[in-house]
Amino acid sequence: MSTIAAEPGVISLREITKAFPGVVANDRISLDIVGGQVHCLLGENGAGKSTLISILAGMQQPDSGTILVDGRSTPINSPKAAVDLGIGVVHQHSTLVPAFTVLENLMLGETGVLRNETRAKARLDELSELLGARIDPDALAGDLGLGQQQQVEIAKAMWKGSRLLILDEPTSMLTPQAIEKLAASVAQIKAQGLAVVFITHKLREAYQMGDCVTILRGGKNVGHIGADQLASFSEAQAQRAILAAMFGDDVATPEAADLAGATEAHREVDDIELGTKRVRLELSGVATRGHGHDVDIRDVSLAVHESEILGIAGIDGHGQAALAEVVAGQRSAAQGTIRFDGADITRRGVAGRQQLGLRYVTDDRLHEGTVGGMSVAMNLVLKRIGQRPFWKFGQINRKAVDAEAERLIADYAIKTPSSATRAGTLSGGNIQKVLLARELTDGARFVVVNKPTYGLDLKTVKLVRQILTEFAAEGGAVLLLSTDLDELVELSHRIAVISDGEIVGIVPNDGRGTAERVGQLMTGAIEGTPATEEAHA
Amino acid sequence: MRSILPVVLALVVAGLIIVVMGSNPLDFYAGVWKYGLTGNNWQDSLRLMAPLMIIALGLIVAFRGQLWNLGYNGTFLLGSVVASGLGPNLFPVLPGWLVTAIIILGSLLVGALWSVVPAVLKARFGTNEIITSLVMSFIAIGVVNLLIKGPVHDPNPRVTAPQTATIARENLLPFIDGTRVHIGFVVAIVLALVAQFIVSRTSFGVRLDVFGASPKAAQHVGISRSWMIILLFCTSGALIALAGSIDVLGNVTYQRANWNPGYGDAVMPFVFLARLSPLAAIPLVAFYSVFANGGINAARSVGLNSDFLLVVVGLILVFMTITEFVGEKRRLGQGYLPAGMKQSVMALFGPRAAAPVKVTTPAPDKVTTSSSPTTTTTSTPGKVTT
Ligand SMILES: Nc1ncnc2c1ncn2[C@@H]1O[C@H](COP(=O)(O)OP(=O)(O)OP(=O)(O)O)[C@@H](O)[C@H]1O
Ligand SMILES: [Mg+2]
Repeated sequence: MSTIAAEPGVISLREITKAFPGVVANDRISLDIVGGQVHCLLGENGAGKSTLISILAGMQQPDSGTILVDGRSTPINSPKAAVDLGIGVVHQHSTLVPAFTVLENLMLGETGVLRNETRAKARLDELSELLGARIDPDALAGDLGLGQQQQVEIAKAMWKGSRLLILDEPTSMLTPQAIEKLAASVAQIKAQGLAVVFITHKLREAYQMGDCVTILRGGKNVGHIGADQLASFSEAQAQRAILAAMFGDDVATPEAADLAGATEAHREVDDIELGTKRVRLELSGVATRGHGHDVDIRDVSLAVHESEILGIAGIDGHGQAALAEVVAGQRSAAQGTIRFDGADITRRGVAGRQQLGLRYVTDDRLHEGTVGGMSVAMNLVLKRIGQRPFWKFGQINRKAVDAEAERLIADYAIKTPSSATRAGTLSGGNIQKVLLARELTDGARFVVVNKPTYGLDLKTVKLVRQILTEFAAEGGAVLLLSTDLDELVELSHRIAVISDGEIVGIVPNDGRGTAERVGQLMTGAIEGTPATEEAHA
Repeated sequence: MRSILPVVLALVVAGLIIVVMGSNPLDFYAGVWKYGLTGNNWQDSLRLMAPLMIIALGLIVAFRGQLWNLGYNGTFLLGSVVASGLGPNLFPVLPGWLVTAIIILGSLLVGALWSVVPAVLKARFGTNEIITSLVMSFIAIGVVNLLIKGPVHDPNPRVTAPQTATIARENLLPFIDGTRVHIGFVVAIVLALVAQFIVSRTSFGVRLDVFGASPKAAQHVGISRSWMIILLFCTSGALIALAGSIDVLGNVTYQRANWNPGYGDAVMPFVFLARLSPLAAIPLVAFYSVFANGGINAARSVGLNSDFLLVVVGLILVFMTITEFVGEKRRLGQGYLPAGMKQSVMALFGPRAAAPVKVTTPAPDKVTTSSSPTTTTTSTPGKVTT
């Protein structure tokens, strides 16, 4: 396959190699990107997908190897060169300027004196329509939820991309409906003859949207399924082939099907008798106020029991951030009370709640959850700054910090060259493990987790879910906010639905049909019909 | 390496400028060496270094928290007027140590209080601190001039020039044995070492780094944003004002209206070259002190105006920017400026002005623009007036 002479309309990578201290992120990777095709790129966390993309986008230079465009060797030595070639990229992590409005962000790339706002607005409308998103052009990018930011990113890439559109995990934050819309617009783009490179961890998406598939592992191209072959495969066949390449051949078939999410989601946590469990966290009539365009919560009353996982379903940007932050103590409650093990903690700050064992795994793992420029070790004790044994008499005790870091790195199998490595260089999955390790250690009794598995590879998703269920089984309580309905159904004992800052209903997760009922609540809330489910637990 | 490269380039280009102006650059640099270091000249250089170093620390405190405290000129003068205003009046009536203590504490307090304004505005309303601290600086400069022309003017009727009375020799800060370097220099070095200890070894240092890296992360960890802004701004202001009182008590002994040495403008590039490390700032500030002290006479000896020194500082800034730009493109390690600070500068110029610049390399050259308006009223740095 890689031997065909490059022809017009093809962008070919040849023997691309890129090494970072301690890792070879791309190891002699060759592949062809053909116009009118969706080329899926798969691989576990840290396999080197984003690195390859950043080389195509001109953000990084390969150590060796060539890029051929229409058969001619074409170095892409700056982001501008990539734009000039008609390559539009949606990066895995937001590159929007938070202080600018959506429209200003979209127009950033426009050169020339004439910056036609009306035209830009019209184009945004067009793209919003295509993406099925409603984006306020005058909202500040920093005020948008991560899911909305992702939509703006896609719009931004499509703004310019005229030859190749690269989407690095565009669906990790989108709802199923939005993913369908995205699939439709990708198909449309493809029909116009553009090439699309699509990175995802979800095999179903790869099978449904992709024309061909390349699998990376440890920086190497370990498998390619060509267009003809993929078309002849059934979904199960394709999944088996992909998983075998992705994780080696040691994945048993039932496990593979499970990993791939091919089986229908079903509840995996043990039954608990809520009545016999004590209430760990209780919100009564809690509301938040302020904070720009962010959606606030209104009159939220919830109770999470020990050993319980309470799921919160809803479209991203409907008050999830406010809910998580008011529980964690990062945002103050304008109304209502918060009780923890019966004690009123409404006025307690983040540190006070943390010491009680109330923890928070944020969905913004890059800018909020970790400090990228600091070492993995420091990030692992970030919530315990100044506490013994890591600080004694105000002075840091590096030995204790390193020992704790080594322990957590081993316990949670965090893949990092060393505990001194800067956290920002880890792959997404491993950064998520850093957060979980930090929050669930040292006397955790309750944890709020927001989208705990987005962007993680199949094995890590499984691991994270296992960590959460075990935490609950051992008496911890979990408030699980997620946009992934399957995940909620698998993990939760009950699922509450949040819409526009309000809890519109709670569904016990007992047997089949939970997903449908949650879905009804979500659409019911959106269309304004009153929810028929019980209001509170 | 990256800390020194811009300095070397600036010196080379400065040499070329000297050639163009018809003088011999080697003579100039030899003069810098001679007047900056040889004989007893090194002592003058160290005396100049005392306020420069303390100001550098004040800037580091603010910049590490990604706060652009650009009000340093006004704050410095407020601190110095505390010394030049109170000193001549109090020394004759109270014990010397007490007056010195009052002046030191007074300047710290005044500097801190003056900085509360931009800090609170930023913490409460998110006002851009570049503008507010600059405005506060201009107000401070005006206030200081009014004070010197009015209440704290030299009571001696024969003195008509707008200036304060001189503090008597025996009331000045003591010299280090066998030199004419006052203990303010020791204070500056000790402060630098303490600052280094705080940023590298204490829990506050980590909190500061988290806050500097990302206010969002700081909030997540439980660090109060408002409190941090106020604390950092006030500490920064207090240190810079302290530099002013120490310079008066140890070096200049009295204050004229319109005196504004612009120390902050001069050390700013070195603070960034030191990547905001107090320890790394010591040799860089020492270098500049020698250069500035020797440069005045050296410039004169080759027939150049002493403003030429500011040209060199400007050149260092320019080359720093270029190195930063090229470095960022080729990913040569870290930049000098924390990313968030670039953003607050960009926000000042508005999205429209900043828009054509690519996101990955937000115009660091704006840094130069923002600091240059304050350099206009600068007189010769570190002139000893005894
Ligand atoms: N700037 C960098 N400096 C050092 N190491 C890096 C850097 N960028 C990536 N790496 C390393 O290169 C490897 C590949 O990373 P990359 O981000 O390409 O993985 P990925 O396949 O996109 O993973 P994920 O699915 O988690 O996004 C990882 O081990 C990562 O730690
Ligand atoms: Mg990636």
